[in-house]
Amino acid sequence: MKIVVCIKQVPDTTEIKLDPVTGTMIRDGVPSIMNPDDKGGLEVALTLKDKYGAEVTVITMGPPQADDILREALAMGADRAIHLSDRKFAGADTLATSNAIAGALRMLEYDLVITGRQAIDGDTAQVGPQIAEHLDLPQVTYVEDLEFDGNKTFTIRKSMEEGYQMVQVEAPCVVTVLASANKARYMSVRGIVEAYDREVEVWNFNNIRVDEAKLGLNGSPTRVWKSFTKGAKAAGTLYEVEPAEAVDIIVEKLKEKFII
Amino acid sequence: MDFSLSKKEILFLQMIRAFAEKEVKPLAAEVDEEERFPLETVEKMAKLGIMGIPFPVEYGGAGGDNVLYSMAVEELSRVCATTGVIVSAHTSLCASPIYEFGTEEQKKKYLPKLCSGEWIGAFGLTEPNAGTDASAQQTMAVLEDDHYVLNGSKIFITNAAYANVYIVMAMTDKSQGTRGISAFIVERDFPGFSIGKKEKKMGIRGSATCELIFENCLVPKENLLGKPGEGFKIAMKTLDGGRMGIASQALGIAQGAMDETVKYVKERKQFGKAIGQFQNTQFQLADLDTKIEAARLLVRMAAWKKDRKMPYSADSARAKLFAAETAMEMTTKAVQFHGGYGYTREYPVERMMRDAKITEIYEGTSEVQRMVIAAALLK
Repeated sequence: MKIVVCIKQVPDTTEIKLDPVTGTMIRDGVPSIMNPDDKGGLEVALTLKDKYGAEVTVITMGPPQADDILREALAMGADRAIHLSDRKFAGADTLATSNAIAGALRMLEYDLVITGRQAIDGDTAQVGPQIAEHLDLPQVTYVEDLEFDGNKTFTIRKSMEEGYQMVQVEAPCVVTVLASANKARYMSVRGIVEAYDREVEVWNFNNIRVDEAKLGLNGSPTRVWKSFTKGAKAAGTLYEVEPAEAVDIIVEKLKEKFII
Repeated sequence: MDFSLSKKEILFLQMIRAFAEKEVKPLAAEVDEEERFPLETVEKMAKLGIMGIPFPVEYGGAGGDNVLYSMAVEELSRVCATTGVIVSAHTSLCASPIYEFGTEEQKKKYLPKLCSGEWIGAFGLTEPNAGTDASAQQTMAVLEDDHYVLNGSKIFITNAAYANVYIVMAMTDKSQGTRGISAFIVERDFPGFSIGKKEKKMGIRGSATCELIFENCLVPKENLLGKPGEGFKIAMKTLDGGRMGIASQALGIAQGAMDETVKYVKERKQFGKAIGQFQNTQFQLADLDTKIEAARLLVRMAAWKKDRKMPYSADSARAKLFAAETAMEMTTKAVQFHGGYGYTREYPVERMMRDAKITEIYEGTSEVQRMVIAAALLK
């Protein structure tokens, strides 16, 4: 089986601080990370690889520093990494981005294409479905569990607003995965040691077959009309515990902060 | 000169920090309270290659280096000093001497199992009457046919209860003094070997520190490590590496206590403001932060020199001396900053203070480190 996982480098929004005066984001010193839903998608691919054997390719489109998340994916266990990087790709909205990635996918063999549901910087959830449309592939979004029959069929649990759906889909197909689908593995030490000695293929405009008018800023019909900042809120801590234990934790936290 | 971290080191820190925060920290209080060896954590670390960081891939290691290994011990100890010392004793005191002094057969037999974490390693030098004066070994080894017969005991052995392989020093020729000491690789199920009483300790309470007992213990001749009479030299060289590991542990404990203190002084209000706004707090924390950063540079340099096969014995001693004393000072002050709360087990700083003390004692007391440094200075 050949799996391609599309990943994106995003600012770690849990680390973003707001300027108390202007209310704008302070981007300086904010670490960049692999988008959490994409990491969940990579874990789905690596789990399939562990179970059935698969070649896992990761692909990203972004500036040179996006190389870091490809190295991270290699250290987690991906076999091949492709970096789409060209000035012609710059300024892309979701449509132009999906055009470029679909163009790259046309040059690759795959049985399964995985993307994250959405990126934490844009929150659009559009790129995965658009890729499926460009490639005329069946798609299943909001995947929280995926089983493979070892042949051609995936049985998928798809998250819904109030519940879930069980669906079956045959390869080749596109799925968009939730970070909550799994607990992504850690990079291995050996994977890390070797990550920067391995090859990351850098593909530019000439490596894909896409009309230039469909790429980058030129291929982006979206125009930002206005942006605004949500009210400041510190990163929370999530506890998944029984109600009785939750009460103890809340009381303890309030005491810790000398509120009660 | 370049003080920046490589991309590889940054990626490694990203992994080990996330691992320490999510997998190790949540167990730290329980491991201490219950004096419980965190086997489940060892299994998780084994899967990721943390039990064999600085050894070549051909022996089952991760192919990393001592700088990465040192960072791992630091980051683990930052949240749980027990976990830090388990990795340090296993790597520096057992796998390392086999890698550095073992025959090809010994390396092939033991390193893959140690590096994969299938086996845990330990080291036995200290005896009831041979502590800082390690030359006063009373454990005897006598060659009979194709076996050495060991008799005696070792005390205060980290990882002892859960280890599968031990590097053990014993006297093969008493007339030769330190040159009559030899090193052996002892497996847990060798006849005549047993684990004695478990110590109840002030700190690092999960690390399963026990006595090793040898009663006509049969060790195959091929398990002699190095040549007969090289044991003391092997032990001293092994401890050079071990001290770099313990220095990393001490650094981690100090940093962990600083992290907790910074968080606390921003939140705790007295006299109408956060205690972090008082200059007394600020000046003390500034001094401690400077010491922690100085310790970090000493630790990194010792590891860096070891990676380059440069002499690093005095570097390792300086790193351990300074990091250990910094850890003790930082943790003691962390408790003071936390006031009454700091003295309770509601906060981790009292555990850190208890954990810090051992770093001034084991693998050579601070006094021994001063002896090593002075000897290098005055030679």
